[in-house]
Order: sequence, then structure tokens, then C-alpha cells
Amino acid sequence: MEEFNTSNIKETNEESGSSKVLPSGEDLGGAFLLHLADTTLILSQRNSEWCGHGPVLEQDIALTNISLDLLGQSRNFYQYAAAIINLSTNQPTNPVTEDSLAYLRKEREFKNLLLAEQPNGDWGQTILRQYFFSQYQYLLFEQLQNSSDEQLAAITAKALKEIKYHLRWSSEWVIRLGDGTAESHHRMLHAIDELWRYTGEMFLPADYEKETGINFSFLKDAWMKKVKAIFEQATLSIPENVFMQTGGKTGIHTEHMGYLLAELQYVQRAYPNSEW
Amino acid sequence: MQEINSYGNDKTPEITGSSKVPPSEGFREATIWQILETVCDPEVPVLSILDLGIVRNVVLQVSPFGGDVEGAEIIITPTYTGCPAMDMISMNIKLALAEHGYKNVKVTSVLSPAWTTEWMSEAGKEKLKAYGIAPPNVRQQVCNNDLFAPHEAVQCPRCNSYHTNRLSEFGSTACKSLYQCDDCKEPFDYFKCH
Repeated sequence: MEEFNTSNIKETNEESGSSKVLPSGEDLGGAFLLHLADTTLILSQRNSEWCGHGPVLEQDIALTNISLDLLGQSRNFYQYAAAIINLSTNQPTNPVTEDSLAYLRKEREFKNLLLAEQPNGDWGQTILRQYFFSQYQYLLFEQLQNSSDEQLAAITAKALKEIKYHLRWSSEWVIRLGDGTAESHHRMLHAIDELWRYTGEMFLPADYEKETGINFSFLKDAWMKKVKAIFEQATLSIPENVFMQTGGKTGIHTEHMGYLLAELQYVQRAYPNSEW
Repeated sequence: MQEINSYGNDKTPEITGSSKVPPSEGFREATIWQILETVCDPEVPVLSILDLGIVRNVVLQVSPFGGDVEGAEIIITPTYTGCPAMDMISMNIKLALAEHGYKNVKVTSVLSPAWTTEWMSEAGKEKLKAYGIAPPNVRQQVCNNDLFAPHEAVQCPRCNSYHTNRLSEFGSTACKSLYQCDDCKEPFDYFKCH
């Protein structure tokens, strides 16, 4: 339908570094979509653990709102991934659904970033995790919204409007805490210690990302530049010579992942095929 | 198949009217839109889904014999990606149309172009204000990534003062942020620009 054409958002955006037209969803296969879906689901699950435990009511609500946005994004990616996986398996007897992908896959099948599954720690650690991710997600989706795949472009263009809020909120908190009291500054240093090693993975393409047309070197440079600027305002500095842990994108997770999935998938495992 | 892109129709046909003359196309279109006007946002029940601007299109399937409406596809767009009201809205659309005899109804969600509060009707904004929720500003004054930017000037829906203060960018639902009026001291929701 004419009304829904997306040509206005597909123009090549030089600022986002994406000069290559991304391939269609069928070319992508399900793996890349699952990676996007898993990361947003797992981070949503982690953030939602704060529900009712936030330091003040307004910030508790803020974080759960962000959690809800991420869950919505993950549903869009899972639904699309399910459609593509079912298409590629040619009339499957047990077609996959958004629910089966989220609730019935095992740890090694999840392709989320290691950053997303890290425990909440204190408020500072949760904030820093969200900031690292939102900054990355914002820059990545700026590229993906130009995808030649209409559905991927539509999902990411819509999500970008929400990510702007997440990015602004988490950036402000990083500055507030880093440049706050001696205690909050100290906590941010600890958070950087805990999380920095999981940021390298974002810019190392997995096999299923190599044909996506994402400009990873541009993504990394842009991310580092933004983080540096925020850290400067927050009187924090970027650590050097840190060993970067990888594996999440290909299913090799940290020790925290199994516990997270146990909680996330418990009801569906205990009462198979139960529905809302 | 025919497509209807707008509901700005002057005709106000009665929904239950029966006539021996086959209804005109305009009549059938307007009837569907009129039924959709009765479907409300479950979170903000004063707003219809047309006020919210989430109905993008209605596609009727008309029988080649006699011109009866055999089915309808209602194309909607979600407000926020994770808005839990969307599933309920889809169901309520089907229920409302079923009450008027439309059985073969399909609700399709389309993401692009992304929903914006600019699609909210003026009548909807008035209803929101009367309900105690500040409607979205016509143009968002603060719509960039600048940090610690001055808060948007939002008018208190109760006393109309602009001396208001943002308590939280995130509110009771994804579409709202939380404000307080410095003059009448009442806290209120602001339906934020998106």
C-alpha cells in the first residue's frame, strides 16, 4: 500500500555511516534477528528485577518503562524471526512462535550480548549497563533503519524514538552519579570495572552479522567518541588495556545466564503450553 | 477490495439503519469508522482509538453480489512498541464490529510510519485535558538529545498555569510523563510528545 511505503526513511544517511544497502530478512536468516531479540529480552528481564525496588518511585517507574519498551522491541524481533524461520523450514509441523523462541530455547541457543545478562549490582551498575547499551543501540539502529528490509527498518525506526528517551535518561544518570558524591563516584568506578570488559563484543561481528552491511568500525568509533564525552562530564575515564570477554553472540554465556533463564522460563517449563 | 484513507465524511449514517437500497460505498465506509469511534483506549478511556490516531486504514471486502460487506481489515499502528494496551485494543475492535454484525474482521498492526502524537485529534486533546491529563504540546520544544535540557513548558490541565515542573520523564504508562503544578500544587500526567 502506497500509504505505508518507507522510502522516506530509507535514504542513505551518511551521518550514520551506512552507505551499503542492507540485505532483506530472508537473506539475513533468523540468527541476526534472534540476536537482536535476545539482547532486548534479556536486558528487559534484568531491568524488570528493579520493579518495586528502585531508589525512588519515579526512577523505579522510569526503569520499568524502559524495560517495557525493550520487551516490546524483542517481541517485534521474535515475531519477525519466527516468520522467517518458519518460511525457511518449509511447512514445519511445529512452527516456532515468539513464545517458543523466548521460553523454550536453551542457554547455548541465546545470542544476546553478555552485557545484557550481567547482574543488576547497585543502581550505578544498572545505570551504566543501560547507558552502554542505549548508546550502542541508538547508533546501531540508526544504521538499521536504512535497511532494505522493510520490516527490520520499520521495527528499528519505531524503536529509535523510544531509545532516545533511554539514552537521555541513562546519560544524565551516568553524569549525575560520576560527578556526584565521593560515594557515587566510587560506585561508578566499580561499575566500570565490572562492565567495561563486556563492551568489546558489541563491535565484533558474529558470522551472521557479516552480511548485514552494518558498518562496525564506524559504530565502534562513534560509540567510543560519545562515551568519552559523557565520561568527561561525569569525571570518569575510559579504562585502557582491558581484556574483552566475548561469546554471547554465539551462545557462550557468563555464569549468570542460566539463573536468569531459569526464572524467565520457569512457568512455561513447569506448565508446558500454558497461555495467558 | 477498496481502501478508505480518511473518515472526514460529512455523512452521519445510522449504524443500525436498514434499507432496501444497497448502501453506498461512502455509507459503508462511514459506518465502520463510526463504530471504531466507540472503541476506547483502555488506559485512557476518554480517548477513542480514532482520537489517538492509531487507526491507519480500513479495507472492506465487498461481495460482488449485492454489495454486502463480507469482511473488513482494520489496519492499526501501535503507539509505543511495548504498549500492553494494543492487544486489548485489537480485541475490542473485533468485539465492537461483531456487535454490529461484522464477523470476518482482521486487525493488522503496521509499524511504519511510526506513530506520532501529531496524529492525535484536536477533539482528543480537549478530552484529555478535561480528564486531567495535559495533552501533548503541538510542537515539542525539547526534542533533541541534549542532556539536562530545560523541561518542556506544559500547561496544568486544572488551573492552566504554565508554572509546572517535571517530576519524571516516565510516568504511569509509556506514553506519559509526570508533572506537578507549582501554583495549584496538583501532580498530573502529561501525554508526552512522541
